[in-house]
Amino acid sequence: MPEATHTIESRHSVPPISWSRRATDHAMTGVAILTVVLVLVPLVAIFGYLLYRGVSSLNWAFLTQTPRPPGETGGGVANGIVGSAIILGIASLLGVPLGIGAGIYLAEYGRNRLGDTVRFTADVLNGVPSIVIGIVAYAIVVLYQKHFSALAGGVALAMMMIPTISRTTEEMLLLVPRALREAAYGLGIPRWRTTLSITLRAATSGVLTGVMLAFARVAGETAPLLFTTLGNEFWNLRLDQPTGALPLQIFNYAKSPYDDWHRQAWAGALVLILLIVSSIAAVRFAVRRGSFGAA
Amino acid sequence: MANSALPRPDMPGPQPVEEAKVIATPAPRAAPLLQASSGEISDRIFKSVIVLCGLAVLGLLVLIVYELVLRSRLSWHAFGFGFFTGSEWDPVNEHFGALPFVYGTLMSSLLALVIAVPLSVGVAVFTTEMCPPRLRGPLSFFVELLAAIPSVIYGLWAIFVLVPLLSDHVEPFLARSLGWTRMFDGPPLGIGMLAAGIILAIMIIPIIASITREVLMVVPQHQREAALALGATRWEMIRIGVLRNARAGIVGGIILGLGRALGETMAVTMVIGNSPDISRSLFAPGYTMASVLANEFAEATGNIHLSALVEIGLALFLVTIVVNTLARLLVWTVTRGQPASTHA
Repeated sequence: MPEATHTIESRHSVPPISWSRRATDHAMTGVAILTVVLVLVPLVAIFGYLLYRGVSSLNWAFLTQTPRPPGETGGGVANGIVGSAIILGIASLLGVPLGIGAGIYLAEYGRNRLGDTVRFTADVLNGVPSIVIGIVAYAIVVLYQKHFSALAGGVALAMMMIPTISRTTEEMLLLVPRALREAAYGLGIPRWRTTLSITLRAATSGVLTGVMLAFARVAGETAPLLFTTLGNEFWNLRLDQPTGALPLQIFNYAKSPYDDWHRQAWAGALVLILLIVSSIAAVRFAVRRGSFGAA
Repeated sequence: MANSALPRPDMPGPQPVEEAKVIATPAPRAAPLLQASSGEISDRIFKSVIVLCGLAVLGLLVLIVYELVLRSRLSWHAFGFGFFTGSEWDPVNEHFGALPFVYGTLMSSLLALVIAVPLSVGVAVFTTEMCPPRLRGPLSFFVELLAAIPSVIYGLWAIFVLVPLLSDHVEPFLARSLGWTRMFDGPPLGIGMLAAGIILAIMIIPIIASITREVLMVVPQHQREAALALGATRWEMIRIGVLRNARAGIVGGIILGLGRALGETMAVTMVIGNSPDISRSLFAPGYTMASVLANEFAEATGNIHLSALVEIGLALFLVTIVVNTLARLLVWTVTRGQPASTHA
């Protein structure tokens, strides 16, 4: 593209470009650069503040203790970190197999009207606000269990993972060359075996990328947890009880009037973003080394 | 001829033998036949499991609609359509009107679009058309990094950085210079509609920018070359050859951003002020549909309160479905025929 620009400009095609057009061109380039700067400023400011306020607030107690009563300094969010791990574990257990299954359906059996419907539904579900998903999880889990629970939060997050994972899995499976499937059929390998051990295997790194991105996306979700897991200031490892979660604790601490809790909110935010960024970075690293499935 | 005539007398002989063989063959053939059928059976099982997974996606949508409709019936019967035109929200006396929330959601989202659209399109144009190829990758990575930050962290940052900045510097300045429009009236609290709009804008920029970038990239190269060949400057080439062709897709991206802004909860809840008032001033606190769900759902006082909240959720759901469908169709008309991209 730039080559074309240069050759034409250097030749100065017969009517020379007028001063005002040239000025507009430069001005618009300037405007575009300005927009980039304006967009990068909040990014830098957010990460800068996270590091600045978060690192100074992060300590061993924060990672190993449970919250102190309001107003007292010290304490930590260990129960929230473990609670988040439990909720995300439930979400992954439910969401990953279903999402990958739906993705296999779309890629291998979904070249028809039903497949198109499922595909479109997945895209639409991707845009449903997470708080609405929370209401549904409340209705189908909390109302039956009669109380808030880690399970309800896991179900809510799983519902958010399924559409994302199914679409990325489909895209990755479709990248696997047809010839590979045909070679397997030619060897007499049944279709299910081909799908699982040949196609899915070849696309592993791409599928994992999708899974990790979905994971990273729901890991920071707060809204669907507000009235499903509710939060808990104490240890809870039971799936049918209200459970603390890191994003919920950040939210509650940020709203609180206590300086020490504000400090802990920043530390919690830093831990959360590190979790998310490291999972994305792991994905990028894996993809670089991975097979063509993720190309 | 003789050759063919020769076997003929024999034929009556072997024929019965052959028939006997045919009857006898099932034994040797049995093995491959059985294998094939067991493969068929496992294939059928596998396929039905996989189809069930696919149907689960449809089931999820049906479940969402069913639960939302079922649980909001009470409120719908009590208030009817007046629910969305009434502006009184009074859980104690069980009188519910959702207008302030609808207004807050629309206003904050529109404000976000006004801020985010020029910035996102600018970034997308810069990355696809202007910047050195070496910068292209890192730049889009950084913009997409914005999408990876959880909503609650945006909210945290907004409370402690953006809001003080607004109340100390930006809002007094706006009140002095643009106060006469009455859109920048009142005490500069920092917390309010303006803060919500700005934080939403930052959150939807990566969506609009990445869709726009995608759409710009599928504009055929010869469109650019044609514009340049006519003597266009680079900006004229972008305007005539690129942006005009990508219009529908860019609008799709913008609508997708709108869909995200409408449903965004945490960051908005943390800075909008959460007071169900309708005010012309952007400095005034407001309330959105998603925020009222976040604040009141877990502590809803009675069935009718809960039902009213679910009805707000249903309305939010329907609006985002319509908005997203529209956006997908628009983006699809532009990128059709191109391989699906892997933005997430």
